[in-house]
Amino acid sequence: MNLNLPAILAQTALLLLLAPLLSGLIKNWKAKLQNRRGAPVWQPYFDLAKFLRKDMVISEHASWVFSFAPYVVFLTALLVGLMVPMVTAQAPLDLFGGALALVGLLALGRFFLALGGLDPASAFGGMGSSREMTISAIAEPAMILAIFTVAITAGSTSLNEMVLAGQSSGWKFLDPSHALAFAALFVVLLAETGRLPVDNPATHLELTMIHEAMLLEYSGRYLAFMEWGAAIKQLVLMALLANLFFPLGLAADATPAALGLGLLWFVGKLLVLAGAVVLVETTNAKLRLFRVPDLLSAAFILATLALVSTFLFK
Amino acid sequence: MNFTSAMLLVASLCGYALGTGGGLLFLRRERLANGFCFGMAAISALSGLVAALLFLAGGVGNPAPHFELLPPLLSSIHFAVRLDALSAFFLLLVSLLGLAISIYSLGYAKGFFGRKNVGVLGAFFNLLVLATTLVVVADNVWLFLMGWELMALTAYCLVSFEHEEPETRRAGVLYFIMSHLDAGCIILGFSLLFQASGDFSFASLHDIGAQMAPGKRDAAFVLFMLGFGIKAGIVPFHIWLPAAHPVAPSNVSAFMSGVLIKTGIYGFIRVGFDFLGTPPLWWGVTVLTVGTVSAVLGVLYALMEHDLKRLLAYHSIENIGIILMGLGAALMFLTTGHPLLATLGLIAGLYHTINHASFKGLLFLGAGAVLHATGTRNMEEMGGLIKRMPQTAFFFLVGAVAISALPPLNGFVSEWLTYQALLGGFGTTDSLMRLIFPLSGAMLALTGALAAACFVKAFGITFLAQPRSEHAAHAHEAAFPMRLGMGLLAAACVALGLFPTQFIRLLDPLTQQLTGQQLSGQLSAANGLVLTSLAGKGGTVSTPGLALMALCLLPIPFGLWLAFARKTRVRRGPTWDCGQRGLTPRMEYTATGFSKPIRMVFKALFQPHREVQREYDFSPYFATTIRFDSHVEEVFERQIYRPGRILILRASRRIRRLQAGSIHAYLLYIFVTLLLLLMFAT
Repeated sequence: MNLNLPAILAQTALLLLLAPLLSGLIKNWKAKLQNRRGAPVWQPYFDLAKFLRKDMVISEHASWVFSFAPYVVFLTALLVGLMVPMVTAQAPLDLFGGALALVGLLALGRFFLALGGLDPASAFGGMGSSREMTISAIAEPAMILAIFTVAITAGSTSLNEMVLAGQSSGWKFLDPSHALAFAALFVVLLAETGRLPVDNPATHLELTMIHEAMLLEYSGRYLAFMEWGAAIKQLVLMALLANLFFPLGLAADATPAALGLGLLWFVGKLLVLAGAVVLVETTNAKLRLFRVPDLLSAAFILATLALVSTFLFK
Repeated sequence: MNFTSAMLLVASLCGYALGTGGGLLFLRRERLANGFCFGMAAISALSGLVAALLFLAGGVGNPAPHFELLPPLLSSIHFAVRLDALSAFFLLLVSLLGLAISIYSLGYAKGFFGRKNVGVLGAFFNLLVLATTLVVVADNVWLFLMGWELMALTAYCLVSFEHEEPETRRAGVLYFIMSHLDAGCIILGFSLLFQASGDFSFASLHDIGAQMAPGKRDAAFVLFMLGFGIKAGIVPFHIWLPAAHPVAPSNVSAFMSGVLIKTGIYGFIRVGFDFLGTPPLWWGVTVLTVGTVSAVLGVLYALMEHDLKRLLAYHSIENIGIILMGLGAALMFLTTGHPLLATLGLIAGLYHTINHASFKGLLFLGAGAVLHATGTRNMEEMGGLIKRMPQTAFFFLVGAVAISALPPLNGFVSEWLTYQALLGGFGTTDSLMRLIFPLSGAMLALTGALAAACFVKAFGITFLAQPRSEHAAHAHEAAFPMRLGMGLLAAACVALGLFPTQFIRLLDPLTQQLTGQQLSGQLSAANGLVLTSLAGKGGTVSTPGLALMALCLLPIPFGLWLAFARKTRVRRGPTWDCGQRGLTPRMEYTATGFSKPIRMVFKALFQPHREVQREYDFSPYFATTIRFDSHVEEVFERQIYRPGRILILRASRRIRRLQAGSIHAYLLYIFVTLLLLLMFAT
């Protein structure tokens, strides 16, 4: 077993630094598209720094679970990030878990996030937890099925192997199974990262919010860890989508030039995906909570079709 | 080594028998009975545990200890016992749970002092563990069936222990009926096997399916599937499970859910992989489908429960489903000639079996502690218990994370193996049948995510936030032996999660016995630190690696804290109440409210019943009283069991006319029966 220590450190730094920028960028672009000026793309960094410096108020009803949850959310997001190939086709922590561990770790973070929502005895938090767990439960089969579709082609659940398999067979986005699985995972991405039309990241209005409702009682550095963790999770899922379905421009060796080029490609792919997310968010209204399952079952059906077409069109 | 195992096994059987006798002897001295019975059970279980571990650690080729407990009754009725690898694995499971539950009971049974007879409880508990042990080590159909029946009867007595409640009596009778239905099916199944073998010893039944006519073999499979399925609680034969498990004393529920239903899995593996030979494809497909349906429906109905113990009972149905998914896939791979994959599926099923035993045992023990402390099973009256019973809460949380299949605990490992088996299955056949594997995988994902939702609810509503009733506000921490018992199982959950490759090595003799393959070498890499799928293809995972890596990443948040937040203060304040004056527990989210979105999403299945009555003086907006009733009734109860019950009652009313009370009529019946029998005989 050889763990590539520099790669781990580099990818951790990339995750920590790039994630807030991506959220800031999406917010800024969204504002631009809606004819607003919007906050600068660096705003999430200022927010995080501010949260970290603030005093905390913790609910008198809360227990240690409330304080434990931010660490779990933050660390699972980082761990998951180390399993996804980003700049090269070699994720540094691939040996420790592939796609299934990714799903499991995200679920672990969500589990504690939801408990943290329930802990302060507020109805908002309970509502957020309840909705989050429901939506993720319906999103999960679509996600696993879409991942399975790619994994079957690659013969492995290792994300490295899946990306390499995509690379070796050339770019085949027009392959129906690939395109359908991508569509399914894109819907799952919207649901998992709390984006419109599933959840509204911009509002604290209790009737529409899911993720924000669970964070309502968090303040100070715990809030910073929660927000940062959510941003990293978003980056990771977008990286997963980008590299699984468009395995282009990944650095083949560890020379600075190759890595630099790989980074450029990676950022470029993220920008395209972020643009897609912005477009979807701006052109869609939030769905009623009980219409969300329809959207997610559509994603499930897309994933099933993707699976069927893996051997129908062979 | 083998001799030691055999001696320890005998010692543990004798110990349980002594415990039973002691309980009956000390009927009037409850303290002594408590200490003696459960102490005896704990020692015997420890001895069984060591016996099983010694045998399994002996590796492949370790000859199975084989001996007779008593001299044979007739030439064919032997009381033969054999500790082969499969038996040893289940002995491990029985003993592990037996040990933890006995220790727990030392504290738990004190709650019955002065109220119920603890001697009876202790005696029957010992007898139950004894019977279960006999079932898994029996080497003869007779001994197996005797153990099976003894197990059913003692479990019935224990379920009905608090028989003052009508609910308990009803559940007991339901359990009694169902367990005899399953015994009937199994007896019929064994008699079909006996026709072919002519002998009752398990050795003579090995691979007997090859000598049977296909029709008879299929019939035997269906009978065993029914029999063991009822015991294991597969949908739609599960209805006894959510009725009987909650009303039993909590230590007994833990044993029933953790071990008793696993005897169904034991029987199924023994018959399916040892006796019936290479299966036709439809067996595996049936098992996989039944498993998937049980898993999804089990967890969905669990979500609708706010009775803590009923919720856990429904989760047993779910987990039995997950176990059967692994075993069903394994049967399919045996058919298509992929022994390595079959072994992987078998390992996944077995691993989940022991995992479920440990975390479900733990959760039931935790629920028992909560019930003991608050006097209620209704989650809507709990809350805030983490402050009053911190250790119980911690152990329950460990169990909740484990059962939700979250890394790095044990539930994740076995579900990972199940996913790998299912993923590998796609390439084993060219027919459309291959679609069943990824679709089952997707349903497994749904199950896992719903289980997580359910345990956020179970843990969050029970232990977090404000207490919702007086009982919950004045709860107390569980007694030390109870915490010790829970701690033991929590440690098992962590160990099984962090050391999967080491545990799989113990399964080598078992898989060698059943499929002729050993996978521990193939499933492990990096000195056992990494769990891999077959031959390195299919993916890798390392729970210890993940745990260590999380520790290595911990300096990041702490570094941030040091860099930015050293001077910040932490203040305790009230929860945001929108400017009202204080939140009351009635404003908290309830268990029913928590699962409402899921009830709505799956309402086609649940068909929830909802009734609101309001009384008002002048305007409906200002109600003086509101009565709200909402419940979900199982579709099987409504569509199958109720019509079935009505049919049986109607039929028996008809048949009652035969019993006219006239001796002439009875003589006539006897005469006609005799004539008929003579006609058949000739």
